[in-house]
Amino acid sequence: MTNELRIANGKVYDPANNIDGEVRDICVKDGRIVDSVSDSATVINAHGNIVMPGGVDIHCHIAGPKVNLARKLQPEDHRLDPHPATEHTRSGTGGIVPSTFATGYRYATLGYTTAFDAAVPPLAARHVLEELHDTPVIDKGYYILLGNNIFLQNLIKEGRKEELTQAVAWWLHASKGYTCKLVNPGGDEPWKGRKNSNVKDIDEKSDEFEISPRTIIDTFIDVASELGLPHPPHVHCNNLGHSGNFETTIETMKTAGDRRVHIAHIQFNSYAGEVGKNPLSAGREIIEYINDHPNISCDVGQVMFGKSTIMTADAPLAYMLKGYTHAKWVNVDTECESGCGIAPFNYQENIYTHALQWAIGLEIFLLSKDPWRVVLSTDHPNGGSFMSYPKLIKLLMDKSFRDEEMKRVNQKAMAKTFLGELDREYTLSEIAIITRAGPAKCLGLKNKGHLGIGADADITIYDEQDDKELMFNAPRYVIKSGHAVIADYEFTTDFYGKTLHSTQEYDPAIEDIIRPFFDDYYSIRFDNYAVSDAYLHDHEFIPAQKS
Amino acid sequence: MSENIKTVESATCTFCGCVCDDMDLTIDMDEKKITKAKNACILGKAWFFEHTIDHDRPKAMIDGKEVPVEDAIEEAAQTLTKAKFPITYGLSDTTCEAQKEAVAITDLIKGCIDTTTSVCHGPSGMAFQGVGESTMTLGEVKNRADLVIYWGGNPAESHPRHFGRYSVMPKGMFVPNGKKDRHIVMVDVRKTKSAGVCDQFIQPKPGKDFELLWALRALVKGKKVSKDIEKITGVSLQTIEELVDRMKNCRFGVLFFGMGLTMTRGRHFNSGALLSLASDLNEFTHFVAKPVRGHGNVTGADNVVSWQTGYPFGVNFSHGFPRFNPGEFTTVDVLSRGDADAAMIIASDPASNFPKAAIDHMHRIPIISLDTKQTVTSKLAHVAFATSTYGINTTGTVYRMDDVPITLRPAFESPFPSDQEILVGIRKRVHELVKEKRNIQSGASA
Ligand code: SF4
Repeated sequence: MTNELRIANGKVYDPANNIDGEVRDICVKDGRIVDSVSDSATVINAHGNIVMPGGVDIHCHIAGPKVNLARKLQPEDHRLDPHPATEHTRSGTGGIVPSTFATGYRYATLGYTTAFDAAVPPLAARHVLEELHDTPVIDKGYYILLGNNIFLQNLIKEGRKEELTQAVAWWLHASKGYTCKLVNPGGDEPWKGRKNSNVKDIDEKSDEFEISPRTIIDTFIDVASELGLPHPPHVHCNNLGHSGNFETTIETMKTAGDRRVHIAHIQFNSYAGEVGKNPLSAGREIIEYINDHPNISCDVGQVMFGKSTIMTADAPLAYMLKGYTHAKWVNVDTECESGCGIAPFNYQENIYTHALQWAIGLEIFLLSKDPWRVVLSTDHPNGGSFMSYPKLIKLLMDKSFRDEEMKRVNQKAMAKTFLGELDREYTLSEIAIITRAGPAKCLGLKNKGHLGIGADADITIYDEQDDKELMFNAPRYVIKSGHAVIADYEFTTDFYGKTLHSTQEYDPAIEDIIRPFFDDYYSIRFDNYAVSDAYLHDHEFIPAQKS
Repeated sequence: MSENIKTVESATCTFCGCVCDDMDLTIDMDEKKITKAKNACILGKAWFFEHTIDHDRPKAMIDGKEVPVEDAIEEAAQTLTKAKFPITYGLSDTTCEAQKEAVAITDLIKGCIDTTTSVCHGPSGMAFQGVGESTMTLGEVKNRADLVIYWGGNPAESHPRHFGRYSVMPKGMFVPNGKKDRHIVMVDVRKTKSAGVCDQFIQPKPGKDFELLWALRALVKGKKVSKDIEKITGVSLQTIEELVDRMKNCRFGVLFFGMGLTMTRGRHFNSGALLSLASDLNEFTHFVAKPVRGHGNVTGADNVVSWQTGYPFGVNFSHGFPRFNPGEFTTVDVLSRGDADAAMIIASDPASNFPKAAIDHMHRIPIISLDTKQTVTSKLAHVAFATSTYGINTTGTVYRMDDVPITLRPAFESPFPSDQEILVGIRKRVHELVKEKRNIQSGASA
């Protein structure tokens, strides 16, 4: 079988290379894009088709302990959505938190070929790698939770900057992570330590560690740039989900100054109004700040109506939501590293807050001036399933559809937003940016999100259709690393992607400083903590990108 | 003792769910024997010291006759592929890598997969599906817990290092004086060895756990409980009230529970009541709960089966996708009904402890067994594989009872293949056979 492929006469959308709907050929050899192939290459006639790079999800929750607990928690949800095996693929179950196999295949059926899990406690990295190995088709990586790491907080408190940098590098190395994730930095200690409370202000110092969230954020931004991490700290801001939290979000972004930072699922951090009361939209304030500050990138975390599952390292937030749902709730404290909360949830069109959240996300998208930095996500499964991306794309591309949908939702909420005044319709090229080229660039993935020479041959071919939801729901071809995993809408082979990591070099002397802390406070031995390379399976190291 | 000595530090004991990873092993490499196991408890020592290689045992047998491993793999694959309702069971004493292969095989043959969870903490799993769980890794208990309650279990004898490593003795970040900083309560129908370690022992009447837990919940919620409760549960209202007071006023409370709760009358209602109690208490303080799980990697089996199918145990693939129904697809039930027409049993010995009806059916159907030692099950097996022991002879991943994964450090090699190697062989052959079958059915030429 030849390993050469020519995709002929497709309408190509490759914004990274300034190609906007030009009809041309794309050539593939040995898993990469090349400028030409021999006459014996397999040819896919893509006439009448749209050709784009494979989708890249910068922020989702698809593997590891919290995901698996959320799976176990909802048998009723799987039962309604079986995922049968085919001749080539494994079986599984779907629903809002699909099994691993179903997750990989379903990403593929949307034309997505890369996804990053956004919150991994390093103690669970082995588990995450095992699950990701069982998540087919896509390439994958993860961010490690360091914003509530007690050892690191002690170093920050004591001002031991050089050791902190080495310790972060060690942690990335030990856990095979991609970058640092800060979730509600500083909030775990008040949660676990007696009070079940939370930090409420970015400058509030915790009793135990005497440092504020602002200090933690500031320090990690520095450390990440010193280490040259391909993606800056990925921040889930304090006060997420609370009315009036946009001020904390702006302060978080101000803390970065002109240094790079990525704000996760920013919709959940864009609320005006008073704490404890119904939120109002601060979408405009937030997006204006981002428009003016090229150092900031974010993903939107769009809310989509229907079933979701709150799944977060922000444990006090999940507890707060339990107060609304009065339904099942899971909390998991991970020693010295993190908290975690899980709560099944349902966004309803007729509920004021849910409708407002939906509108704020869309406002942020529609007022964004630089789509390269404001990328698509639903914070799967928090704002909704990744399976709702095609509908979200249609909402962005089709004003009349948006207007129709607006009529179905809580009108009091709509009256408090300016969504109806926004006429913008995303172009296909812009969609290619927010779902592929943009996230790849934010992640520092030079071989992804584009179709230039040398890029990974992750390619999606869609039928051109007026209804963009239909179009993005069912690609005709999905090519992963040069393999046609989906051909004429059907899986033709099973394929397992690779792990992407930025595992760092570090000064081994740091181990002598970390080890005694493990002996005292961890429940496993230091020597059993670091994950061996064997768990990486097929993998790719993404190098430091020092500016 | 020979000169040929090897040491392995920070090895892991997989005997019980504590999965202690601080074993410093000394190995006589000529004798292929572990001679010292520093830090191991009495059970762990027995696990390590009694592990010897039985060179006389055949690697594979069909109907009691020694055969090459390849032949046994072929026979196992043929048997499983021909069966209409095959089941896979066990898995708690093997690595996650082997467990993954077992699920893959069961998916291909459209059988049932079930683990020993269904006869131990299955009810806890079902309670979890109903109400959730506020829980933690064991290091949090060590660092923070000032109130520890055990309910329906005897860790001193079943998990000898649970007290010492995690919950009673260790000094932690916020409990620097260890046991002095903690209050330990034992609730059990029997006064076991464990009770001696505790500050307080509460002895309810047998079968009244649910009532006692419900009374605690009611008081936590500020409801009134009648004095009659003593007659029902055997525990005085005053004791219950004092316990509630203690629970609401601790800094970080933990409820550990064992099979004395899950496998007595009430089953998943009991576990559900306890999990709900721990969740409720978060209105007042920080409170968590955790089942004290038994076998080495039963937690890994739950995890693997969950991430691959969406359900933790008792999963059936006969429709081509996973379905979950404990009581229908759990092994005791499938066997007792006489449904299964072949069974693959991995690292467990149901023939020695299942109900009679289930065992009777095991005699009627072809059994494929993978086990490190000869067992009642392997003796009645149609195809029996002798495999090496995880953690002593092979590496792999094991999950501690609190879902923390650990990589095993083997002590010495075994001439026997690992469960994973055998299962990979069976999976590959089953895959080919299923493909052939499919081609024949669809009329395509192979
Ligand atoms: S407590 Fe359990 S895991 Fe630890 S040494 Fe004893 S038997 Fe082994």
